Amino acid sequence: DTMFVRGLKRKCFDGEEDIEGTLAGIKAIPSYNLQRQSLLDMSLVKLQLCHMLVEPNLCRSVLIANTVRQIQEEMTQDGTWQMINTQSTGQASLDRLVSTDILCRSSREQAEGKHVSGYSTFNKDFEGNQAQDSSETMSTTSSLQAPRNLQSNAWEMENPQENKGNFQKSLDQIFETLENKSPNSVEDLFSEVDNSYYDFDTMLTGMMSNTKMGHCDGLETFPSPTTTASNSNCKSDLNELDHIVEILVES
Amino acid sequence: VFSPKDKTIKLWKITERDKRPEGYNLKDEEGKLKDLSTVTSLQVPVLKPMDLMVEVTPRRIFANGHTYHVNSISVNSDCETYMSADDLRINLWHLAITDRSFNIVDIKPANMEDLTEVITASEFHPHHCNLFVYSSSKGSLRLCDMRASALCDKHSKLYEEPEDPSNRSFFSEIISSVSDVKFSHSGRYMLTRDYLTVKVWDLNMETKPVETYQVHDYLRSKLCSLYENDCIFDKFECAWNGSDSVIMTGAYNNFFRMFDRNTKRDVTLEASRESSKPRAILKPRRVCVGGKRRKDDISVDSLDFTKKILHTAWHPTENIIAIAATNNLYIFQDKVNSEMH
Repeated sequence: DTMFVRGLKRKCFDGEEDIEGTLAGIKAIPSYNLQRQSLLDMSLVKLQLCHMLVEPNLCRSVLIANTVRQIQEEMTQDGTWQMINTQSTGQASLDRLVSTDILCRSSREQAEGKHVSGYSTFNKDFEGNQAQDSSETMSTTSSLQAPRNLQSNAWEMENPQENKGNFQKSLDQIFETLENKSPNSVEDLFSEVDNSYYDFDTMLTGMMSNTKMGHCDGLETFPSPTTTASNSNCKSDLNELDHIVEILVES
Repeated sequence: VFSPKDKTIKLWKITERDKRPEGYNLKDEEGKLKDLSTVTSLQVPVLKPMDLMVEVTPRRIFANGHTYHVNSISVNSDCETYMSADDLRINLWHLAITDRSFNIVDIKPANMEDLTEVITASEFHPHHCNLFVYSSSKGSLRLCDMRASALCDKHSKLYEEPEDPSNRSFFSEIISSVSDVKFSHSGRYMLTRDYLTVKVWDLNMETKPVETYQVHDYLRSKLCSLYENDCIFDKFECAWNGSDSVIMTGAYNNFFRMFDRNTKRDVTLEASRESSKPRAILKPRRVCVGGKRRKDDISVDSLDFTKKILHTAWHPTENIIAIAATNNLYIFQDKVNSEMH
């Protein structure tokens, strides 16, 4: 989407409160509606990029999603939202407000076919092939964030973490299950933990073996609708865990 | 010293070493074993001075307690327990027990689709070991009493300032998100930092803060750009001085700000190598927002948003402050005779 490439050089719309008053004026300032639409689009891109990260910043995602909701609510009250929706899908729009569900889905879950309900402009992109879209949006990201070097640094730093992220995701799954289990089983899991955590190598090995046990235990009871996908992921996860141990131990 | 690395909490011991033993019987100066046939007499190793060395060793690792990123840790006044907070939960730990913790706050909704608010910071009360506060991304503070119930989902007090309708924008909620909360040393007040202000709250007044200070109000008209480049999500810390009379927080361009609660004076200072040599007194800085521009003023448009001072700390009793600016740590102290620096 070339809009954001252009956006680098153009100053973002600020002082939007003033816009309606000064519109008649001297230079071509975009209308409030256009500004608002641009903010909505920017926010949706940000949210979509969150999904690319295996470990998104939850606070930031929640704030952006709330912003999107506010815009959509205002647009619904305006009647603008209905207009946009009838053009693209021909349906009434009042219940198409953004679901925060999208916040907590990783790109992997997207690929497994869980549908994200939501907003008109991005509907097709989401339902489409996630893998294909990611390379396009990645290049959009880097061009959007180029003038702020620290942003691209943060992006680069994320990549080595990706493997760690899968590992963490396995832990996440374990904890989802553990919350529902009785206290006894939690203690059982923790009783295996080696308390002599003075040596980093021991600690890492200890964590890894717990994870391997816990992961398989978790899968047996984890009420996942996509069981087959989870089972096939178990093996690849264990391979990735081994891989991660190598990386962590080497570093 | 605690360091939460994402989701694992580690307790480190910091030791200083400025002496080392010399004259071992079995090892030579380089640590190699001596040939025992050359050892003819016994000697007692002697401690000799050496260059100061600071060592950090991990003493406890509190793992597997959090599903989300840890945003704050607070040691209790009982010196036995501490709490750690992530986006949705707060856990209570005992310093000596690493394999279990108690969950004391859980705001995760049954359906994650309903999630609209997360925990951003938390702290124990400095004197009452049963009280703690946590802040949220919607700008509210909740004071909780652990004596009331095991799971502190119901707050004892809720501190919230109503929104100013004249300043409303799509960014209102984001800039109201509290990035840090700190109790005063007296325990009577709380200090909060949101994107544009620092606020002092009286524990007895839930409806609004008693004091509000503008950190960089000139950014209010730039919120859209700051949202675009993600700076609007930066989390700044705040700090009290030992007597609770001055509060401090960081900003952009390596600037940090101090507000004197009594005189109502404030100052902007810069932490950078270019602007200060060791032992030199810091010169107050000013950001000009149009109108008259003095020499050495910085205009808003030339502020460097990559130079952010997120972490600041004030010594609990002395007037010594620590400022973290990108890769550098600055320690400043006040000159004995002068007024507030």
